[in-house]
Amino acid sequence: MSTALLIEQLLNGLQLGVMLFLMAAGLTLIFGVMGLINLAHGSLYMIGAFACAIVASATGSFWIGLIASLVAAAAAGAIMEVLVIRRLYERDHLDQVLATFALILIFSEGSRWLFGSFALYLDIPPLLQGAVPLPGGGQYQLYRLAVIGVGISVAVGLHVLISRTRLGMRIRAGESDREMIAALGIDIQTLYTVVFALGAALAGLAGALVGALQSVQVGMGEPVLILAFVVIVIGGIGSIKGALVGAILVGTIDTMGRFLLPKTLALILPASQAGMIGAALASMLIYIVMALILAFRPRGLFAA
Amino acid sequence: MAAREPTVNTLLALLLMAVPLVALAIGEPFYITLATRIAILALAAVGLNIALGLGGLVSFGHAAFFGLGGYVAAILATHAFNGEPLFLGIPGTTSMPVIWFVAIAICALIALPIGAISLRTAGVYFIMITLAFAQMIYYFAISWPAYGGEDGLSLYVRNSLPLVNTAKPLPFFLVCYALLMLALALFWLIRGSRFGAALQAARQNATRLSAVGIAPFNINLAAFVMSAMMTGLAGALFADLNRFASPSMLSWHMSGELIVLIILGGKGRLFGPVAGAMLYVFFEYALGGITERWQFFLGLILLGVVLFARGGLLGLLAGKVQHG
Repeated sequence: MSTALLIEQLLNGLQLGVMLFLMAAGLTLIFGVMGLINLAHGSLYMIGAFACAIVASATGSFWIGLIASLVAAAAAGAIMEVLVIRRLYERDHLDQVLATFALILIFSEGSRWLFGSFALYLDIPPLLQGAVPLPGGGQYQLYRLAVIGVGISVAVGLHVLISRTRLGMRIRAGESDREMIAALGIDIQTLYTVVFALGAALAGLAGALVGALQSVQVGMGEPVLILAFVVIVIGGIGSIKGALVGAILVGTIDTMGRFLLPKTLALILPASQAGMIGAALASMLIYIVMALILAFRPRGLFAA
Repeated sequence: MAAREPTVNTLLALLLMAVPLVALAIGEPFYITLATRIAILALAAVGLNIALGLGGLVSFGHAAFFGLGGYVAAILATHAFNGEPLFLGIPGTTSMPVIWFVAIAICALIALPIGAISLRTAGVYFIMITLAFAQMIYYFAISWPAYGGEDGLSLYVRNSLPLVNTAKPLPFFLVCYALLMLALALFWLIRGSRFGAALQAARQNATRLSAVGIAPFNINLAAFVMSAMMTGLAGALFADLNRFASPSMLSWHMSGELIVLIILGGKGRLFGPVAGAMLYVFFEYALGGITERWQFFLGLILLGVVLFARGGLLGLLAGKVQHG
């Protein structure tokens, strides 16, 4: 096993991690501010990917597609919030789970209706095609590096937004005491819609960025959604910092587990068995890590 | 008010019983399969209703137990069919009572650690953790090639029961129906028992329950395990109905569906899961006949029920639930 391969896998893990962060940041923000669990967050990811793929193929520009994905996901999020989500804030979590589960059915079947069951493809923009050399003699896809860069900039941007701006101040105030900030004359309904649209836009961005690496299809949001849940549970629901740490942790552990476990087991078991058991164990690894973390810290690493 | 509920319950039980008889009379055996599907899904949901309805434990991972039960049935039958022992020389079997027992026992063994870890948390954390555990088992099933992986595992023939010809639709329906009635009786007994009172108290006010000297954790864990056992039994029957254990039985959509059944029917109500399963299978069949996009409309209906018609079908038919 060469160093280059190891570095490549680590970068892949990081790339998965920052994508999970984009999803998890929205989820955790929405939970932190509005106390809402949103299963349909994966649908917003899918909407972002579809918007990007369709606009990019119509205009020929990935960048316009990327903007379209942000706009489409934010708009879908805002509409969803005004029509449905707003009625759920005062309800218990069971009602929230069910209503957003219903939204998933509507979004998934709706987009299958509109776009068919076939996958769409999204090309990597020419500017970011090609590879960069890695130390140790390997090559790494430039696009994936750019994705990591976008993820890190969003994390920094989000930090600045929440800790330095007036909107961020209101978001933090909303997290600690929503009655109080409403009493202080802040339009809490608009704030909620803005936060929801912001989370949706982040999910849409993640969908569009990943769409160029994989295919764009109905149901693409669900595996990511569940991983994002694992991330925010590990990180502590409501904490952006927790989402970042959890996302990087989950991305790296998942990728490295799939890479290293079969190889490690091969040292003690016959090759065919090692591959099989290794793959099965690797697919369970992050859930085992989650269970371990929760056994010691039931409210996550950075409980809010 | 509540006085209407026993009447509605009796009518629902009779209605479910009547479907296969009418189907047989008009020569449409397909409807017997639908009725069997209703009975099995209702059984699974009665199981979940112990945790969710009585204990307020929103488990979003009960598909794990439904699927485990299904895989137990399929794996034991496969080994019985090809004559290879499972491990340590234990043979497979096609005997339903043995399969049921093993399915229930395995679900209890797996629900115990899952419940013990998950119940350290509450609220949203509990929802997400049960979901994550179910996903863990799902991914294990699809990446483990020995028992079919992503393709699932077929049963060559339906498993057998002494004195009953389970290969025929009606006797198999009767078996499932009888088990459903048994489960409902059990649910009723649990709800009325001292344990049930403690479980409902744990939902309403855990602090107060601890103050009278009962640990909510133990009560909730016992409820979670019992609930998993019942859902696992339903899973074994479901695999026998379809003669197929598929990874989709373990998927999170299944967990969602089980919750949907309870909410459509009425949370915490004795016959809520039965009413919900009838409604669900009816929608699936009626809407599925009109459009292949039936899930879109199911989503709309579900959204309407959650937002505007709280209490589900039983809430509509038998009035509000009495506080207990």
